[in-house]
Amino acid sequence: MSSNTEQRRRSAGWLGIHRGHQARPAEWLAEKFIFLVSLSAIAMVLLIFLFVAREAIPVFFGETNTALVQPTIPVAEMDKHSPAELQRYLDLTPEQFKSVSRETKLELMQGKIDEQNEVPENFRNDPDARINTTDWKYLLQAHQWNGYDQPEHIWQPVGQIKKFNLLPLFAGTLKITLIGLFFAVPLAIGAAIYVSQLARPRVRETVKPVIEMLSGIPSVVVGVFALIVMASALQNIFHYQTRLNAFVAGLALGFAVIPVIFSIAEDALTSVPRAYTQAALALGASRWQTAWQIVLPAALPGVFAATVLGFGRAIGETMIVLMVCSASVMSWNVFDSARSITTTIAAEMAEAVNGGPHYRILFMLGALLFAATFVSNMIGDFVIHRFKNKLEGKR
Amino acid sequence: MKKILTLLSVAALAANLQAGTITVKGSDTLVVLAQKWAEVYGGQHKDVAIKVNGGGTGVGFAALQAQQTDLCDASRPAKAAEIAKCRVVFNGSRPTEYKVALDGLSVYVNPENPLKELTLDQVKDIFTGKIKNWKGVGGADAPIILYSRENSSGTYEFFKEHVLKGQDFAASAQNQQGTALIVQAVMKDKNAIGYGGAAYGGSTKLLAIKKDENSPAITPTEETVVNGTYPIWRHLYVYLDPAKDKGEIAAYLNWIRSDEGQKYTKEVGYYPLPKNLRSN
Repeated sequence: MSSNTEQRRRSAGWLGIHRGHQARPAEWLAEKFIFLVSLSAIAMVLLIFLFVAREAIPVFFGETNTALVQPTIPVAEMDKHSPAELQRYLDLTPEQFKSVSRETKLELMQGKIDEQNEVPENFRNDPDARINTTDWKYLLQAHQWNGYDQPEHIWQPVGQIKKFNLLPLFAGTLKITLIGLFFAVPLAIGAAIYVSQLARPRVRETVKPVIEMLSGIPSVVVGVFALIVMASALQNIFHYQTRLNAFVAGLALGFAVIPVIFSIAEDALTSVPRAYTQAALALGASRWQTAWQIVLPAALPGVFAATVLGFGRAIGETMIVLMVCSASVMSWNVFDSARSITTTIAAEMAEAVNGGPHYRILFMLGALLFAATFVSNMIGDFVIHRFKNKLEGKR
Repeated sequence: MKKILTLLSVAALAANLQAGTITVKGSDTLVVLAQKWAEVYGGQHKDVAIKVNGGGTGVGFAALQAQQTDLCDASRPAKAAEIAKCRVVFNGSRPTEYKVALDGLSVYVNPENPLKELTLDQVKDIFTGKIKNWKGVGGADAPIILYSRENSSGTYEFFKEHVLKGQDFAASAQNQQGTALIVQAVMKDKNAIGYGGAAYGGSTKLLAIKKDENSPAITPTEETVVNGTYPIWRHLYVYLDPAKDKGEIAAYLNWIRSDEGQKYTKEVGYYPLPKNLRSN
């Protein structure tokens, strides 16, 4: 009797993990280590978001000022102003302000005046030169800039008067993403239904890995292909004017999104219990009717989640869109060019003055994009879990 | 024991190399030329190692302000804000500026385009979107398709400031990641127009440019760019902390700007400095 319990105790818990760290300290350590690694991944995501958001904070609170012509303080009047005023005027952090010498501050004050003297003659009297273009009003609303015939949304962040209107970028991102999804969703879900419900096992075993292999193609390769081959081929078919446009970018983006949607949708469709299919077939439904009217509705939440996750992938895709189209036109025409948020960040970050308004606005775009993909992935994940629980009969 | 000794000697060697290392960071326009210079100069002076990185002029200045690089390559003059930031870390002194090469920008069109020349004003009106049809400049009746560079490019900024006189590019201008892609796009599209380094034009047609209605049309060649008769050209620069402008770094900068250093500019598509700006 006693030897029997002994044996049971020894076999309890594979490799002794359940018996705690006294029995197998190395395994206990490994377990905790893996736990820490997974925690650090969560911490990293949080830290990245905090870092991105922190860089963008001055724009959110309207602390940046991009007016080309700004009042200057004569060097001689330095002592008439409080340190806090001077620190803001000279764009220094409090630490920098403390560490630099008085001579350097005088030099910097002269630098401010030089900066104003650098403004070209023809811009001094431009009404736009006194506008802080990072004000929310100019970030979101159309404005009639000097030299334009009507109020327009303009993204031209480099130049004398920096125009940071975000709407062309939002429109471009949505336009390209929606075209990509419009193309990818029906194809991917159709393929998923075919592979999971209709195809013979032999066909399924070849088709499934081939579609999933699409996700292995580096997006820069898809981009080059779209730029060199697809753009010209599609122009010959549709005869549109702009060779590199949102339509081409959307189609190319579709290639990147199809495997994502396909594999999740296929998973969802396969996890519908066989009993559903068998019951439908036994009642005399054809395979097609079963797939379309029984299995697809049952798996609908999973298919929806696949689409949402595909959206997250599409909106965050950079390389393909960057290579194919990047003109910041405010237009919903699919055959016009477009500029996505990812393209903007990737292409402009390298040259933005570190800590300047352009740099901060790019970080703000990054934070918005992060939030958008985060929310869409969360919705997708949430729906998948609900769906799995429902199929398994859990609440 | 032997292993430790080898490790130590490797570390010592690395430290030794470190003593003669010059780091260069900045403009992607200049990176090929800077690498060429580094390669030739490093070959002649075995004790000096030169590390060249691109990333963009803005990145170069950020590194200069963070004191992570010795030299900053720039395809445009430093902005006042960048100079001010440098002053904070350079004990109040301005960064030293050296002009190191010339770059001529040309306007490319498709070889099938019958047009041969444009005035600077016409180029401006085309790229700002005022003239939308080739008819407007004496060409065929066809829409003009604009190709431009990304706004992170020094070329873009130069073109905007000096050719468009600070006005905005038309929103429909399609931004390409590099001059080679503009050339490729212009070759594919018979109504296209683009701009970029004169030496990169490939088989596109380089338009002759007139300063104004009454001036002669000038095609970009080495002669016309260096003597300044071709109207669209710029300097390329190197910036550094004046406190570092001595010893090996000063010798290297001096060599770059000498007759010998300048002869490599042509090999990578730029033009040498005129004689009066060279170091010898």
